[in-house]
Amino acid sequence: MKKSTKKHKKAAKYNQKPIVNAYEPIKRHTDTALNNMLQRHISALLASLVRLLKAPFASGLAIIVMAIAIALAGSFYVLVNNAQQLVSTLQTGSQISLFMQQKVSDQQAARLVQELKTHASIAEVVLITKQQALEEFQQYSGFGAALDALSGNPLPAVLQIAPKQTINDATQLGLLLQQLESQPAVEFAQMDMDWVARLQALMQMVSRVVLLLSVLFALAVVFITGNTVRTELQARRDEVIVTKLVGGTNAFIRLPFLYAGFWYGFIAACIAWCIITFMLWLVQAPIAQLSQLYQSQFQLNFLSFSETVLLVFIAAILGVVGAFAVASHQLSLLKPE
Amino acid sequence: MLTFDHVFKRYPDAGEALSDVSFHLDKGEMAFLTGHSGAGKSTLLKLIAMIERSTRGQVLVDGQNLLQMHDRQIPLLRRKLGLIFQDYKLLFDQTVFDNVALPLLVAGLGRHETAKRVRAALDKVGLLSKEKKYPLALSGGEQQRVGIARAVVNKPSIILADEPTGNLDPELSAEIMRLFEQFQQVGVTALIATHDIELISHFEHKVLQLEQGRLK
Repeated sequence: MKKSTKKHKKAAKYNQKPIVNAYEPIKRHTDTALNNMLQRHISALLASLVRLLKAPFASGLAIIVMAIAIALAGSFYVLVNNAQQLVSTLQTGSQISLFMQQKVSDQQAARLVQELKTHASIAEVVLITKQQALEEFQQYSGFGAALDALSGNPLPAVLQIAPKQTINDATQLGLLLQQLESQPAVEFAQMDMDWVARLQALMQMVSRVVLLLSVLFALAVVFITGNTVRTELQARRDEVIVTKLVGGTNAFIRLPFLYAGFWYGFIAACIAWCIITFMLWLVQAPIAQLSQLYQSQFQLNFLSFSETVLLVFIAAILGVVGAFAVASHQLSLLKPE
Repeated sequence: MLTFDHVFKRYPDAGEALSDVSFHLDKGEMAFLTGHSGAGKSTLLKLIAMIERSTRGQVLVDGQNLLQMHDRQIPLLRRKLGLIFQDYKLLFDQTVFDNVALPLLVAGLGRHETAKRVRAALDKVGLLSKEKKYPLALSGGEQQRVGIARAVVNKPSIILADEPTGNLDPELSAEIMRLFEQFQQVGVTALIATHDIELISHFEHKVLQLEQGRLK
């Protein structure tokens, strides 16, 4: 009323003869079915949050336990993710290093490269000239100063040979190795162990284990939510029964509990994100130091934005699933007497 | 509007609570259901509200046979009924307004329509000024009137009351009964269970007397 009289005054100011009803608020028909449903969902969403915030200790412990479970799963994921990134920077498969004799010139070595490229068992040949070898050595070995003292380049040219993928068992590789070593220009041939391949297999196994563990943690989230919702349902028993008596369907009664489950998962995931990020932040400096000692370009990966969104989304869904299962079961048991 | 046709109700441990009960109430008819405690008054009301199912015999509510009713249809049946209890069954953490609004909320009514109807119902029971109060701030008689407002807010075709005046003094009780008569006069069927013979002697309505599960 106050508002409209104000408006009338305002109108009178600009228009000497205000039309009386012109500033009456337009009566909006907002009570459509869709609107009502939306209202119901929004009020359930907010009411469950308010309920949670009003009694933070009731569900707070459960949320923290959930957050720890999610943080464990999440940090395993981050660990594997980082390890995989580290491994992928390493070269794959077996490799043979062919050290030329000292007297062999880079031109001669290059000719040999062309020759070997046509070899049936060889996929790729890379030449490291004497000069390149020297530069690399100076840069990475830490003996750069000692080399400066030498008059010439003591390092031989090296051919790095990647066998074809089909040549993968030990006897075939051994044969190839012998063949290459018998070349007159070659001082000796060295086969790098295929530890990278083994490491990758190991990583695959570890990531599988982490996936299984994550499933377990996900189940934990479902059950913890379920249990919390069960307690809350019991506490609001009277309300449930009265609602049933006035014609409330199970779906209607369940709705706020589903949103409660949603909030549990959502908040737990947010806390979990903080835990993971904090832990990564704690280990970041030591890892940077370690990686520097190994002259590695390795950088610790934190959870990306999309991974964070996914984490929160999955946790919220798990919360809803747990709430749904338990609320449905409990509501079929809770009947007016 | 409400028909019992040779209805039996047997509980596994307690034996027969109702045996061979038959009666009929027309639309807009009001009846008292009397009998000692344990005579089966509550059981009879529970059958109508589908809180229990009959063991044998048919219960018809507004032409619907409850025997054939699926559990999922029970909420829709209850929206046609206005239930009133001896212990009021109010939600103490909600205001009078929210208590009365509950049946409309579950029926999916919009906010504007809800507010309108809640105020109309509260006005009817004379509690419009107390809509923002919590039930515990009200007297027993007022609490029961909130319960009645909640029962009639959805414009039910049948009102079922189980000892609605059980906790009230005679004067308040008579007042509550007159309230039921007002609803009856606008076409609502009312079945009121009470053991208060003295009270119902002041009113001229059909009396269904239960004795050990049988209608006399």
